[in-house]
Amino acid sequence: MKTFTFIIASFFIFTCLKSQEVSDQRTLPIVAIKTLQGANSSTSEITNDGKPIILAFWASWCRPCLKEMGAIAEVYEDWVEETGVKLVAISTDDSRTARNVLPLVNGKGWEYEFYLDENGDFKRAMGVNLLPHTFILNGNLEVVKQFTAFGDGGEVKLIESVREIIEAENQD
Amino acid sequence: MVENLTIYKNKKAIIMAFLFLLAFRAAAQETVNTGQLTGNFQTDFQFYNPDSLIGAPVVPEKLLLNAFANVNYTFKNFTAGVRFESYLNALQGYDTRYNGTGIPYKYFQYNNHGLGVTVGNFYEQFGNGMIFRSYEERSLGIDNAMEGLRIKATPYKGILIKGLIGNQRNYFEKGTGIVRGIDGEFTFNDIFESLSTNKTWVSIGGSFVSRFERDKDPIYNLPENVAAAAGRLTVSRGKISLMGEYAYKFNDPSATNNFIYKPGNALYVSGTYSQKGFGVLLSAKRIDNMDFRSSRTATGNDLLINYLPALTKQHTYSFTTMYPYVTQANGEFCMQGELTFNIKKNTPLGGKYGTNFTLNFSKANAIHKAALNDSTAIGQNGTLGYSSDFLKWDGKKYFQDINITINRRLSRVLRSSITYMNYLYNIDVIEGHQGDGIMYGHVGIAEFSLKVSDDNSVKTEIQYLNTKKDDGDWAMLMLEYNIKSTWFLTVIDQYNFGNQDPDKQIHYFNLTAGYTKNANRISLTYGKQRAGVVCVGGVCRRVPASNGFAITITSSF
Repeated sequence: MKTFTFIIASFFIFTCLKSQEVSDQRTLPIVAIKTLQGANSSTSEITNDGKPIILAFWASWCRPCLKEMGAIAEVYEDWVEETGVKLVAISTDDSRTARNVLPLVNGKGWEYEFYLDENGDFKRAMGVNLLPHTFILNGNLEVVKQFTAFGDGGEVKLIESVREIIEAENQD
Repeated sequence: MVENLTIYKNKKAIIMAFLFLLAFRAAAQETVNTGQLTGNFQTDFQFYNPDSLIGAPVVPEKLLLNAFANVNYTFKNFTAGVRFESYLNALQGYDTRYNGTGIPYKYFQYNNHGLGVTVGNFYEQFGNGMIFRSYEERSLGIDNAMEGLRIKATPYKGILIKGLIGNQRNYFEKGTGIVRGIDGEFTFNDIFESLSTNKTWVSIGGSFVSRFERDKDPIYNLPENVAAAAGRLTVSRGKISLMGEYAYKFNDPSATNNFIYKPGNALYVSGTYSQKGFGVLLSAKRIDNMDFRSSRTATGNDLLINYLPALTKQHTYSFTTMYPYVTQANGEFCMQGELTFNIKKNTPLGGKYGTNFTLNFSKANAIHKAALNDSTAIGQNGTLGYSSDFLKWDGKKYFQDINITINRRLSRVLRSSITYMNYLYNIDVIEGHQGDGIMYGHVGIAEFSLKVSDDNSVKTEIQYLNTKKDDGDWAMLMLEYNIKSTWFLTVIDQYNFGNQDPDKQIHYFNLTAGYTKNANRISLTYGKQRAGVVCVGGVCRRVPASNGFAITITSSF
């Protein structure tokens, strides 16, 4: 095991030393996820044709998450029209409740793009701990901001971040 | 194993230094183009006051702490990561084998052209997890991460093969049993070009898992290799989606099945129909002798190879989670139905803003078990245990839950949610002791949230639980004030007014304040805490009974 630790440590040092020069932003890791019907998919399928994305980690048993999704649903059409943003919702429901997600989101009438992260691989790769956890991605799928927890009115922060991205792009 | 523990701790200093280096890089906001860093950190401090009335024990340390930090580094196709964990000492409610500080999770991963290789620790799941799932649930102290090797391959479009071997994590040690497994999933619509546009989508999968553990038993001749296999089918067409998985486990005498030689099996079927504004789910699961661990003597949550979750609704309100069902891996039959629908806005029933209904029903019963012959009791150790007729219904009830939630927006600024739950809870079976019988209960909940201004909101929850058993009736009032979705203050009073013992008719008073900024969050709590799931200030977590002061800090980067 000591050798193994050494290899991991060397890898960290190597990348730390190598990466002094240029700056860039964090993008999405490539991780296997599933559609709500159970088909294999990948985070590489997540795209919005160069427009911003709201990437929301949630679960069907998380009440604040349901509130957040419901609050966004009321204004989603306006958001899409105004900014072209897309909400990609990653359900972290495990096999206990994963099958409940599809009828739940249809029953609620939510029209987001949904995926399942049944064993938390995507969640871990993104450093998500508490739910809900929401990332704002720019058109290049770079993480611009992230938010955890949800209180009434919290959806405003999300769209404000999206507007900032668009304003910044317009200035460039 | 002791040696392993020592190694973990010796390595601590070296790896801590790297963690610090990496954390420093993150803190300094130094971003790079040759790799990226992600991770998170959480710490929970709790100061304990002894309180025998609520069952909070004397804590000699007075202050306990749990903490962890995950750091992942991705560089092109490579990813490596570690998790540092600290229990000084573990918070009440966590297993005391979590003690001290260590790096129990570390991995190195390579992905390229459809091939993924992981060495070190990893989490994985085959199908629904009925014969294999390694996973973590930090808030519950569950972590059965594998330590070994995993290979994932996509040799052809629509085919995914996974193979793995390793030992399982057991707190700060490792289980001695070796777990080996292979899983294949074939999606016909991707494999065959001619089916790519077909409206019917079909996928099949199969998995095989085997465990090796030496037999040193002085009495029994125990199988050293125990195999389990499972097959699954998923079909969807338009609004309909169907799934079925069957699992079989060869004879596996163990402490949890009283050392019987009977093979185990499980069947899980589920179907959904949904369209915009309407969704329905029906599912059923039958489990017979399916407890599967990498050590025959392990019990509780230790060294579990498979995952058999309860097929009941996962509630989140304090009182609806007070008496949750626990899967009976030695035998149960469960079914669940859920209906979610919207009534459109501007209709008499739907009101100005529309109304959403969720109805849920779940039930768990015993499975049929018959003695093998007149001289062998059901489940007698060293025998084949019992015989079970798959289709025969056993009337013994374990659990039942009928609940409805109605969400309705009453005005531009006021929202409401009403929940009613009626349940049956078999105390003897679920809590594993005799003489308490079956509890019947009702729970009623009303929740209102009012947007006072653009930046301020108030939420209130009124909950009531009615039952004649255990601690009797409870009432709860919660008030939460939220500013800009950033600051919050929550006051909760749970009153056990129906307790048979007048000394235990206690008010569990609790005050929480918190601050959230982007992905950082700090919360402070003071008061009495009943064991259960608590949702405050926008997140939910499980907590044990306590009386005192707690601080939680979380951060993601």
